[in-house]
Amino acid sequence: MNTSLKLKDLIHKEMRLAPGHRMCQGCGAAIVVKMVLLAIDKPVVACSPTGCLEVTTCISDYTSWKIPWIHSAFENAAVTLAGVETMYKALKKRGKISQDMVFVVFAGDGGTHDIGFQSLSGVMERGHDLLYICYDNGAYMNTGTQRSGATPFGASTTTSPAGSVIPGKLQLRKDIVKIMAAHNIPYAAQASPSHHLDLMRKVQKAVSIPGPKFISILSPCHRGWRSHVDDAITISKLAVNTCFWPLYEIENGKTRLTYIPKEKLPLEPFLKMQGRFAHIFQGENTWMIEQSQRHVDDEWNALLSLGAPTDPEK
Amino acid sequence: MKKKMTAVTGNEALAEALRQINPDVCAAYPITPQTDMMQRFSDFVADGLVETELMLVESEHSAMSGCIGASVGGGRVATATSGPGLALMWEMLYVASGMRCPIVMAVMNRALSAPLNIHCDHSDAMGARDSGWIQLWSENAQEAYDNLIMAFRIAEHPDIRLPVMVCMDGFIISHSVGVMEFLSDDVVQRFVGEFIPHEPLLDVGHPVSYGPLVVIDQYHEYKKAQSDIMDSVFDVAAAVAQEFESISGRRYGLFESYRLEDAEFGIVVLNSAAGTCKDMIDEARENGVKVGLLKPRLFRPFPYAAVADALSHLKAVCVLDRSDSFGAFAPLYVEIAASLYPRATRPVLLNRIYGLGGRDFMPEHVEAVINEMKDMAGLKAPALQKKYISLRQYL
Repeated sequence: MNTSLKLKDLIHKEMRLAPGHRMCQGCGAAIVVKMVLLAIDKPVVACSPTGCLEVTTCISDYTSWKIPWIHSAFENAAVTLAGVETMYKALKKRGKISQDMVFVVFAGDGGTHDIGFQSLSGVMERGHDLLYICYDNGAYMNTGTQRSGATPFGASTTTSPAGSVIPGKLQLRKDIVKIMAAHNIPYAAQASPSHHLDLMRKVQKAVSIPGPKFISILSPCHRGWRSHVDDAITISKLAVNTCFWPLYEIENGKTRLTYIPKEKLPLEPFLKMQGRFAHIFQGENTWMIEQSQRHVDDEWNALLSLGAPTDPEK
Repeated sequence: MKKKMTAVTGNEALAEALRQINPDVCAAYPITPQTDMMQRFSDFVADGLVETELMLVESEHSAMSGCIGASVGGGRVATATSGPGLALMWEMLYVASGMRCPIVMAVMNRALSAPLNIHCDHSDAMGARDSGWIQLWSENAQEAYDNLIMAFRIAEHPDIRLPVMVCMDGFIISHSVGVMEFLSDDVVQRFVGEFIPHEPLLDVGHPVSYGPLVVIDQYHEYKKAQSDIMDSVFDVAAAVAQEFESISGRRYGLFESYRLEDAEFGIVVLNSAAGTCKDMIDEARENGVKVGLLKPRLFRPFPYAAVADALSHLKAVCVLDRSDSFGAFAPLYVEIAASLYPRATRPVLLNRIYGLGGRDFMPEHVEAVINEMKDMAGLKAPALQKKYISLRQYL
């Protein structure tokens, strides 16, 4: 039985990530974490790998986490929490614990797509009962915007800078949701904080399903994206409406789009709001806009062919 | 009480100890020569002889990460590894001790690559000596079994709450059949007792955060606190050993001292090579050569003063190391030298590297180092302080 996701009800719920944390103002990750926690009614035990969220929410004597929370290292959030979850099973079996609880990882894309990939894959394969949330800001933001396996094609980062010879990142992103779904897990999805009802419904559905679940959530980072501080939600909305960031879910292998934009917008307005793409609008680099658009169209068409929505946006 | 002696391999002995202890969670990854122990334990799980939840992870890094999560969750946790597996855990070893996780890990000592080698060598555990883990070393299956049981009591002691690794020689002990005595299940279970969690993560009513960022303001103090806790391990390890003697009749000190009291020469060596040394010491004694042996059991923390008391009266001491620190003295030698340096009278010290990658350690090698110490003491001639022995061209 989930509580209502109506704003008038949600405002009465306790925020389980306390204010006073040290994330940048306008950070997408803080919004994502709060939305996810608001959607879950049961007690939550959380884990984060080393990264922005971790270093800004638990420093020395201070913690923003009003729930049990653990950080152990960078490449192992999934298996660290799987260890906690396994102990929960062990203690439940021995009658030493009875309370129901939910296990949630909050990890960035570096800790998910790259260094944390092996342990994440193992956890998905072994079927641990946990929800893995990737807040995807498309680079190593905590260490200063180095490229990751989730950095979009064309983006200029500190290790894939737009130079006079190489115009930013020339490789595509890893398709992490499909990779996770390929582990035959019961639920994998993609969400955006601009569509909070969709995001929270996905979280509620995920935690109602036993076994491993994965949700990739767009998480704008104005420092790394070179955008305005208060544009996180505007950019997220454009990401969805340009189909750069389709909202969909894969439940037991069946793909379903959860939102189709009334009008699919061209990529430009999304790219233009972000300084990391500024160079691709310059003379000889404009082929990169076309190529980006082609990738987005191909992926969107592939998704459309797999699943039409059954509950379009209200 | 009649003793029932059993012939088992070291791995069988440790699997049996884990069966008796029945930990809550065991996360492990297969690596030779540890595999055989975890396979046996998996049989116990499959047959319902233990209630342990196994986490059969995809790497040793994940094994230790899973152990940390499970331990912080609030229960008893054990694992086992060898050589490169321990090396892959290295980052997480520091996290386990820094978070005060009382994890117990058996280490079947194995060489590190390259070149690839699966045989006995102490480079793995020596590489982890500064990680904040308590280290217990074991000469044979009996000692490994006893140490593993005592390890839980030391690790989980409320004043300690630190991880413990129990080392035994890969293949030489892990895969060789020796004679030993098991304790009964109920005696072991009573000795180890119930696990008492401290600030468990799974207590959702009292949420705690584990693993904060601590920078320049407090990190230094955190590490001082960790160092202080390590210093308090000696008393706890001694008390646990005393209690263990009352249930087993077997006495364990922080190290074993063998015929050292009236000796002129001494050998210091870890683990299985001590057995060969003791035989040759007995033989030398029959020929009038006064030689003895010191075999460290608790290597971390290291009992410097007590070791110095046991060795400072000798004329010469040869420290035999089964690992090297390339371009420096080997790890065990460094500790013995550090023990003896504050003493006004102290023996001449030799460092001999033996048995890397499973090279056999033979009685003639012990004989040779005894002779070397004898010659050196007589001639007062300085010998090469550090030298490899049992090299093939010298055979």
